[in-house]
Amino acid sequence: MVLSKMSSQSDVSVHSTFASRYVRESLPRYRMPETSIPKDAAFQIINDELMLDGRPRLNLASFVTTWMEPECDKLIMDSLNKNYVDMDEYPVTTELQNRCVNMIAHLFNAPLGDSEAAVGVGTVGSSEAIMLAGLAFKRKWQNKRKALGLPTDNPNIVTGANVQVCWEKFARYFEVELKEVKLTEGYYVMDPEKAVEMVDENTICVAAILGSTLNGEFEDVKKLNDLLTEKNRATGWDTPIHVDAASGGFIAPFLWPDLEWDFRLPLVKSINVSGHKYGLVYAGVGWAIWRSKDDLPDELIFHINYLGADQPTFTLNFSKGSSQIIAQYYQLIRLGHEGYRNVMENCHENAMFLKEGLEKTGRFEIVSKEIGVPLVAFSLKDNSQHDEFQIAEMLRTYGWIVPAYTMPADAQHITVLRVVIREDFSRTLAERLVLDVSKVLHELDTLPVRLHGKVAVVEGEAAAAAVIAGEGGSGSVNGTFLKKTEIETQREITTYWKNFVANKKKLKNNKNTIC
Amino acid sequence: MALSTAEVETDESVHSTFASRYVRTTLPRFKMAEHSIPKEAAYQIINDELMLDGNPRLNLASFVTTWMEPECDKLIMSSINKNYVDMDEYPVTTELQNRCVNMIARLFNAPLGDSEAAMGVGTVGSSEAIMLAGLAFKRKWQNKRRAAGLPTDSPNIVTGANVQVCWEKFARYFEVELKEVKLREGYYVMDPAKAVEMVDENTICVAAILGSTLNGEFEDVKTLNDLLAEKNKETGWDTPIHVDAASGGFIAPFLYPELEWDFRLPLVKSINVSGHKYGLVYAGIGWVIWRNKEDLPDELIFHINYLGADQPTFTLNFSKGSSQVIAQYYQLIRLGLEGYRHVMENCMENMRVLKEGLEKTGRIEIVSKDVGVPLVAFSLKDNSSHDEFEIADLLRRYGWIVPAYTMPADAQHVTVLRVVIREDFSRTLAERLVNDIQKVLHDLDMLPSKMKAKMEMAGEDADRTLFGSKKTEMETQREVTTLWKKFVMERKNKSSGVC
Repeated sequence: MVLSKMSSQSDVSVHSTFASRYVRESLPRYRMPETSIPKDAAFQIINDELMLDGRPRLNLASFVTTWMEPECDKLIMDSLNKNYVDMDEYPVTTELQNRCVNMIAHLFNAPLGDSEAAVGVGTVGSSEAIMLAGLAFKRKWQNKRKALGLPTDNPNIVTGANVQVCWEKFARYFEVELKEVKLTEGYYVMDPEKAVEMVDENTICVAAILGSTLNGEFEDVKKLNDLLTEKNRATGWDTPIHVDAASGGFIAPFLWPDLEWDFRLPLVKSINVSGHKYGLVYAGVGWAIWRSKDDLPDELIFHINYLGADQPTFTLNFSKGSSQIIAQYYQLIRLGHEGYRNVMENCHENAMFLKEGLEKTGRFEIVSKEIGVPLVAFSLKDNSQHDEFQIAEMLRTYGWIVPAYTMPADAQHITVLRVVIREDFSRTLAERLVLDVSKVLHELDTLPVRLHGKVAVVEGEAAAAAVIAGEGGSGSVNGTFLKKTEIETQREITTYWKNFVANKKKLKNNKNTIC
Repeated sequence: MALSTAEVETDESVHSTFASRYVRTTLPRFKMAEHSIPKEAAYQIINDELMLDGNPRLNLASFVTTWMEPECDKLIMSSINKNYVDMDEYPVTTELQNRCVNMIARLFNAPLGDSEAAMGVGTVGSSEAIMLAGLAFKRKWQNKRRAAGLPTDSPNIVTGANVQVCWEKFARYFEVELKEVKLREGYYVMDPAKAVEMVDENTICVAAILGSTLNGEFEDVKTLNDLLAEKNKETGWDTPIHVDAASGGFIAPFLYPELEWDFRLPLVKSINVSGHKYGLVYAGIGWVIWRNKEDLPDELIFHINYLGADQPTFTLNFSKGSSQVIAQYYQLIRLGLEGYRHVMENCMENMRVLKEGLEKTGRIEIVSKDVGVPLVAFSLKDNSSHDEFEIADLLRRYGWIVPAYTMPADAQHVTVLRVVIREDFSRTLAERLVNDIQKVLHDLDMLPSKMKAKMEMAGEDADRTLFGSKKTEMETQREVTTLWKKFVMERKNKSSGVC
């Protein structure tokens, strides 16, 4: 093995990647390097750094798919260099998207005739899908108001405070006011009654969530539909509903087919679902489906002529990869109803198993419901000495990534840990997780003893020599001592800082870390 | 090999994919099937259908990268299950994005100190990048107007009519008026003087394109900057410039480093570039860079707390794959300035070969310029008997996908064919293409003799035809076809047939 000291000529000068000059020198981080480096060196450098990323399959924070069958990986690899938007050049890929849209629309019971084409589009994720749906509602509402000669400068949307951050983005970027229904302790989703109350003439739609990010619960869309229908009759405003089924859209039809949440409810005009969550595809695909042509104003659609036929498109992104669309089609035909049902049942069982394991420790309260996304959200029954954030930190040392977060207003005092059960989270892993959680609890139990011990000692001393700081005088006033011990001050500062950071986290849209 | 006719149980019942029942029965297209099918069958079915798609590398219509080194493919595949947005879980991937932003910002001469962090973000493509940049301009303009007590209900943006469809999308979805500077024959980009004329108090920015989609030309951003600076001095409106460098951003710095088009010009406040065009990465990555913090209103930014540090984010998409960001970083460090320069020089050289080959036929007029994106846009000198659309059709038979399209207003009568030279379009392929185009021209020359003969036959009743009262069937057919084609092309141009 020859150590190469020549200036970069081409790849031939590197005989061993790890002995090459490139892994000895500091790579420029903020400026492009002047010279090239051999491709093996480039690969190795990046590969090595990426080893320090978390392991996707142990990331229990995310709903997004982290494993697909090797056959599908092959299809993905082969289509990496296909730019999806070139419909003219890749007609089959375009056709596959259309088929997915139709299959998903039928899955959601869209009122379509046998050979009628569904109205929908593939997107990069639910964020894009929600923005498109919101845009459609906004434009429809504006047209309706303009026809009546009414002002259109104050559109708003009614959702629960448990809504995912992409709704806030939509509101901020498209200049729509977000009216949030506050949560209450024990009720962590949008209350249909309060939501309908908040609806006014400027409301472009009410957004319900099927599968709340916080605790996986399905909102009661049927009740919302019924209450809103009544109000519409009274007011004549004709306010529609959008269902954000990012997680739940691929769960409810298989586990709870009788649950009415989709187009079976007349006021539901559009639905979005993430193909990359329980659609079982890697990150990068979502779907937006509309009830019918009328719910998508034609002025928003761009018509492309390809192969002599009209291909309407309505997306924010233009060029993007084709791989995920093909992967979604693969899953839909590979699994079929039967397959998806099996996967969801497995996830549900593993979730129940994990839930029982946690309950058995006797220290946790389960916040998630049985009907919902297969996840387990739990909090400590007693979090005075240690809180959920500490558990999350310690679990990391075992390799697990389990997020802890506080509920939004008005339940900010509740902190939960959340484990998402994906297709690749087997029962073995569930058993292991329960074991590791028990270990963590045990470790945490040993910690406070040291801290409490010191405090007790200090209390004793203080009682024996209570002195008011800066002033002479007798000891404790009303049983409390006014001189803070060092430990106490430290503790106070730590708790204060923790609360400050947690508050900052909450105020600064911390919802992003929960998704 | 046993033909399986048993009920579906599991994967074991399929001994040979092509002999399985699945490739004999019709697959449901509009509804999900009740049952699963074995994974080999699913793979084979989809793979077979996709054979009928075009070959990405012969797609000469697209600027988007169609080939990367196998080492990079390896990196892409191993990060395919990483959701980019989980910054907390994948800090290295996030760091790689930040490094790319900084490298690209400095490539564009952003006025940054040595260790100052650049303002920018990775996006899914230039469409998202443009929407973010446009949003920033809109919000800045609104804030400025509100502070002055002026109305904010009529924002507009000034661009050339050669602008790519994503600007029209931005205008339509974000409720901004698009004021287009019309083109004219021989001048297919935005005229800076006319653009500045169109600027009014409601203009949120002027968008210049570095690398027009139609003919690859670079717009004169410097002249635009100078004229706009003058106007700003008079009016006090402070109208900024955005440069859509989707194609040109990774070409100009390497081939024409003296060309001033980026942050060296003071009015340029943001630039977008497609990583998946000459950034040499597969489809799905773009970059938008702002000059500095002031150019991105803080109210648009969402702050995420991760690893105890503040990570500001400003994107439309949330969950997406990490592969392309990693691939972009790979290219930036693998190639470096030297490598990108070599690639661009090769593309230009191959472009020259193609251009000269076409000119030698004597039938073709070159519409693209020498300075610009490496592509060749050309039209027929005489398109009375056959037009460019027919050439495009016939080229398909040889396997090439070469698009033909008409220019937007006011040069709609000009039709061009466009061949984009990407990194993987070698000289051999260029020579082959010239060969095939000559064959096509030859083939077309044979055709009119049939048509002309028919017309001559019809022309025996010459007087009647000349006086225009009786049209032959062929003539009517031709007229209808040409009319329909023009109608469709016009409609096409309103959307995105050309990209």
